[in-house]
Amino acid sequence: MDINLLWIPLLPFLGFLINGLLGKRIGTKAVNSFACGLPILSFAISYAAWSRIVSEGNPLHWDGFPWIWIEGLVEIPFSLHLDGLSSVMCMVITGVGSLIHLYSIGYMKGDPGYHRYFSYLNLFTTFMLLLVLGDNLLLMFIGWEGVGLCSYLLIGFWYEDDANCAAGRKAFIVNRIGDFAFLLGIFLCLKHFGTLNMSALTDPTLIATLAEQTLSIPLLGTMGLVTVITLLLFIGATGKSAQIPLYVWLPDAMAGPTPVSALIHAATMVTSGVYLCCRLKPLFEASPVAMSVVAGIGACTALLAALIAFGQNDIKKVLAYSTVSQLGYMFFAIGVGAFSAAFFHVVTHAFFKALLFLGSGSVIHAMHHEQDMRKMGGLRKQLPFTHLTFLVGTLAIAGVPPLAGFFSKDEILFAGYLQGFTLGSTETAFFWGISFLTAGMTAFYMIRCVAMTFWGESRVDASLEGKVHEPGGWIGFALFVLAIASALGGFLNVPEFLGGNATLGHFTGLHHGHDGLSSEVLHAAEWQSMFLSLAIAGSGLLFAMYCYGKGKATREGFVASSPGKFLGRLSDRKFYVDELYAAVIVRPFDMICHLLFIIVDRIIIDGILVDGTALLTRSVGHWFRKIQTGFIPGYLLTFCCGALVLLYMLLNLMKGGGAQ
Amino acid sequence: MFSLPTLLYLSALLFSIGTYGVLARRNILIVLMSLELMLNAVNIALVGFGRVHALTAFSGEHGGQIFTLMVLAVAAAEAAIGLSLLLVIWRRWASIDVRELCRLNG
Repeated sequence: MDINLLWIPLLPFLGFLINGLLGKRIGTKAVNSFACGLPILSFAISYAAWSRIVSEGNPLHWDGFPWIWIEGLVEIPFSLHLDGLSSVMCMVITGVGSLIHLYSIGYMKGDPGYHRYFSYLNLFTTFMLLLVLGDNLLLMFIGWEGVGLCSYLLIGFWYEDDANCAAGRKAFIVNRIGDFAFLLGIFLCLKHFGTLNMSALTDPTLIATLAEQTLSIPLLGTMGLVTVITLLLFIGATGKSAQIPLYVWLPDAMAGPTPVSALIHAATMVTSGVYLCCRLKPLFEASPVAMSVVAGIGACTALLAALIAFGQNDIKKVLAYSTVSQLGYMFFAIGVGAFSAAFFHVVTHAFFKALLFLGSGSVIHAMHHEQDMRKMGGLRKQLPFTHLTFLVGTLAIAGVPPLAGFFSKDEILFAGYLQGFTLGSTETAFFWGISFLTAGMTAFYMIRCVAMTFWGESRVDASLEGKVHEPGGWIGFALFVLAIASALGGFLNVPEFLGGNATLGHFTGLHHGHDGLSSEVLHAAEWQSMFLSLAIAGSGLLFAMYCYGKGKATREGFVASSPGKFLGRLSDRKFYVDELYAAVIVRPFDMICHLLFIIVDRIIIDGILVDGTALLTRSVGHWFRKIQTGFIPGYLLTFCCGALVLLYMLLNLMKGGGAQ
Repeated sequence: MFSLPTLLYLSALLFSIGTYGVLARRNILIVLMSLELMLNAVNIALVGFGRVHALTAFSGEHGGQIFTLMVLAVAAAEAAIGLSLLLVIWRRWASIDVRELCRLNG
């Protein structure tokens, strides 16, 4: 049986149409079955396609139709491509996506926008699959923009609250900045590669011929062409994947319903930047400058976000900053050339971060939409199952073996360690140090989050006493499946030195060997790196247990001292980055707008052009009406004078004519 | 008989008197009469020219005289319309002073 790839994105799109157009009429049950059934079907097709690739070893292709087609100049087809990398991504999207759809049935019960919610969610799935499956950059860009749109729609889903709408707008605008750079990158690719097909953009010989070309940019000087392209694409990735300097939208995006945060702002959409880099691996590898920038940005983002996560009291905000931080990890991995590790972390992160978000959603649901962890505590007794699954997610993200996060994070840290120390790159060693510290901090803030929410004394509001209960049904089911995946996901890609064979890395074609290094050196480095990362994760965990365990979930010890208070305040205020952006970008922009409003709009357009025209005709009319006296002899006099003048001219003319 | 320049001087004199009357007098009746005077001044010039240039191809045979007859006819029609308008104006506003009849001013 042939597998038509088009059905993978088309099925959720059908769901979007049905739920969006008919959702109000067909009733909740039908909405549920369409909204969840179609993505599940899409998952089944992805799975079939995946097993086809596994058994036959060839990527699948769907040749659509010529889309933007100017013979010999621009030839962009609408076609889909499924190889190892995209098939894994598709399974993550449809798999985790379907679970979150199911979860949403429980979470969104009784919401007035129920069908609207599910139609958006289906549309998101469509665009995300298009992004992943698109065989050229432009098709990918369509998906890229589409997921941005759905993200905006879902962040502002509860649009009655202005704050939610503002968060949606912020996400949209910040993403727009990145998308603009992405678009420029696409144009450059089209100009110099002559095509946008992925196969051409990753063709080593073509890249090698372009690698020597340079581009001179005003203010920046001359740069390598490939560097410019990859940096522009990376700026696009920083927007979508929430990296410095464009990460500010993601924490605000938590205004949306929690399953949305889990699906879009943790598991899938935000990893599309990483996916882009993995897709264009040969292109990125051709530019060492871009690679170091990616590594640096990634490491710094990981650190900054982890620092901010320390001071957050909103459970979703902690998870949001943790997401930013983990995405930073992925980019760090890409920057040091470990694409396989980065993608591995995408997959495991999708599992455990979706689990954590859904767990927090379960808590928020049980607490009747209370998100402040200071008003929680002691929920372990009321929510034992949520607590258990949340703990699994926490340990997975903290890097406790043998849970998923351990393997992927260890691989990333190992890649940095290898390049920084064994191969002796000072720069990478520095960035590795940052990431290494962050690993400990991750463990710390996650335990803090668990402790404040589930452990210690209950600080739950008295009005909620006795009403907090475990949400069952689909919510429990989704948590259960994701907990299993978070626990076992790491075994997808067990490194060789631990007895595995890096299955995922080989399957996605991202794996790369370390030529020129003997296996003894390599293995020594691998063991060292693993012990170091275990040590830092363990100390982070233990320190957090010491600080927050045993009912000490209040601010004590270092946190209460004055430098601690200062740091806490910095962290709580998110290092004033939003304020900085407001002062440097938003407020000057507002001022320029205001100035333009006054000078251009008020004075030039309204004053001079509009009012001026009216004034001109009126004053001219005012002057001319004076000669319109209605006094007939006056008119006659004018007429006679005119006749005389004409006569004079005629005579002159005749005189001139006579002279000839 | 009079020579052509004499006729033209007479014509110019009558035309100027007529023009003055049209421009300077207040009474519409006088204005109309002055208008007739101007037309007749033109007629004298036409007849004079017609006599001198009677046989040139330019004006045709008796062109000036024939044109004069046409001007007389038109003048009669104009006088009829002008006087009837004058009557209507007199009935409507009880005045034939042109200075008072400036209802069309802007």
